[in-house]
Amino acid sequence: MPRRKSKVADGTNPPALTDDVLRDIFERMVRIRSFEEEAGKLMESGRIPGALHLYVGEEAVAAGVMVHLTDDDQITSTHRGHGHLVAKGGDLGRMYAELFGKAGGYCKGKGGSMHISDVEKGMLGANGIVGAGPPIAIGAAFSNKYRGTGNVTVCFFGDGASNEGTFHEAANMAALYGLPVIFLCENNGFGEYTRQDRHQAIRDVADRAAGYGMPGVVVDGMDAVAVYETAGEAIARARRGEGPTLVEAKTYRYFDHVGVRGMGVVYRDDSEVLEWRKRDPIDLLGSRLEELGVMTREQMDTLQERVLFEVREAIAFAEASPDPTPDQLLEDVYTVTAGAR
Amino acid sequence: MVEMRMRDALREALREELLRDERVFLLGEDIGLYGGSYTVTKGLLDEFGAKRVIDTPIAESGIVGAGIGAAMAGMRPMVELMTINFSFLAMDQIVNNAAKLHYMSNGQINIPLVIRMASGGGSQLAATHSHSLEGMYAHFPGLRIVCPSNPADGKGLLKRAFRDDNTVIFIEHTANYSLKGEVPDDEDYLVEFGKATVVREGTDVTLIGYSGSVHQATRAATMLAEQEDVDAEVIDLRTLRPLDMDTVIASVKKTNRAVVVEDDWKFGGFGGELSAQIMEQAFDWLDAPVARVSGKDVPMPYNRNLEFAALPSEEDVVDAVLSMF
Repeated sequence: MPRRKSKVADGTNPPALTDDVLRDIFERMVRIRSFEEEAGKLMESGRIPGALHLYVGEEAVAAGVMVHLTDDDQITSTHRGHGHLVAKGGDLGRMYAELFGKAGGYCKGKGGSMHISDVEKGMLGANGIVGAGPPIAIGAAFSNKYRGTGNVTVCFFGDGASNEGTFHEAANMAALYGLPVIFLCENNGFGEYTRQDRHQAIRDVADRAAGYGMPGVVVDGMDAVAVYETAGEAIARARRGEGPTLVEAKTYRYFDHVGVRGMGVVYRDDSEVLEWRKRDPIDLLGSRLEELGVMTREQMDTLQERVLFEVREAIAFAEASPDPTPDQLLEDVYTVTAGAR
Repeated sequence: MVEMRMRDALREALREELLRDERVFLLGEDIGLYGGSYTVTKGLLDEFGAKRVIDTPIAESGIVGAGIGAAMAGMRPMVELMTINFSFLAMDQIVNNAAKLHYMSNGQINIPLVIRMASGGGSQLAATHSHSLEGMYAHFPGLRIVCPSNPADGKGLLKRAFRDDNTVIFIEHTANYSLKGEVPDDEDYLVEFGKATVVREGTDVTLIGYSGSVHQATRAATMLAEQEDVDAEVIDLRTLRPLDMDTVIASVKKTNRAVVVEDDWKFGGFGGELSAQIMEQAFDWLDAPVARVSGKDVPMPYNRNLEFAALPSEEDVVDAVLSMF
């Protein structure tokens, strides 16, 4: 099979944090927030079925990582995966159409929120199984190493998934084989509805890196610049062939495990939510951009309006998309293989 | 044609595929330095190096998932799981990812992965090492299930498996590894999926087997001919998905009787699926209910006599046939 020549972002050192990069990160975060808030409203009004696991509050992580990657760098995502694909340049219309279960969706309505993939963008799939991604990520990383492409794979997973055996198996092999993979733990404080201190005895998931013989780094997941710099070092290290890194981004899920409601719940105090919201990742970066003179408030407002318009266009596309027809039910169970090749 | 044992035929297939396609690599527990638990991969590390023949930790879910990820990224991996019984540890990766992602991604994702597993009892390894679980895997749409019974098919089906863009569960019966047979030495020799073979032609009853059970069925057919004047036809399914019902139904319409032979458990097993399909497609041609000769409904016992009693024998097949007349 002929393969496209792989593109590698800017050599093997992290690109400099220019004004353009800062604006790029900010825009990706705004796009995620807007996508998720509108999706939440659609779910609340009953127009989107199924379960939505919203990424609101965690935007700095996806944006700060993804700005380092090209379409030829892969990611594996999670059940809370919308933000990853939005940040990787996914088509918002096809994403919403998938949430609606429409034929125009990324998966033609067969996957839904938890299973969106975009192979062209190197997004190997959100996954409805907690901990399913790490083994897949090391396989993709193995492929990059085998071919010598210089590309990397970023494996997103949560604090909850760090307790699954698959994470352990994959981390062990990644370090053993020196694979170009970054284990990016989005520690939002909860495995579903269970607080971290009730599901593991450690405070920093990054501590586990020592057990596999790879570096482990903790970063403030609400600070997009910090994520950018830490992820950049880990990604550059992987591109240089120096093996995997475990990066733990401390972040927070504003909404519930599923759906929108995030306050007045039994598993956490409202005061805690409000405390985290004081360090909202978009506000933090926005203030910084203003101080640095990179963007004015007016420019940010204009950007938010433009993104919201884009989001509403995407929703209109999704609503206009037809449902899959019954004759599509049995399509794509198997790949059609033209016999011996 | 060259006479060789099943394990050598399988090794030939792996070797030829490694030579043919740079994207092919092998992952598994003790497949390199040690040469594989059943010596199928012996010598391949020396010939192809540690980049392509990779000894892994004992981590079934991890290595199957790694195979899935590499396949998604354009490679053609093979994962060896030592025995099918250990595949329970990789069940989520196999069922939720390998079998489903093509469908759930609207055909964007292909997972051309070959997962080899040894199967079957008879070696006194007891219940965690001796089962036949092909019926369970056949239950899942999205997987191909391949069960060769002889060295020629072993080679041709394994080479064919590497050409498939779907995940192939390749099941090797441990009792077949030392079996000898004539094998084509043509490197383009492939056996197509979904084509059963008539191993022995007959007119009175159709015996249907695959993998190890073809041999019980064939021995039973010889006994029936020599001792009972019953002329049995024997069909080797070769693959369970895709399943060649055309060959089965044509035979049943000729013989009017069918016996399914399988090592797997009867309850909820693949023999039940076959019986139902025969009933659905050839009810009016049947002179007796379809019979099933299967493994007994117990975890495999360790004791020699008990294990023997738990597995289907040619005598069991003969008894089942005679009860139909």
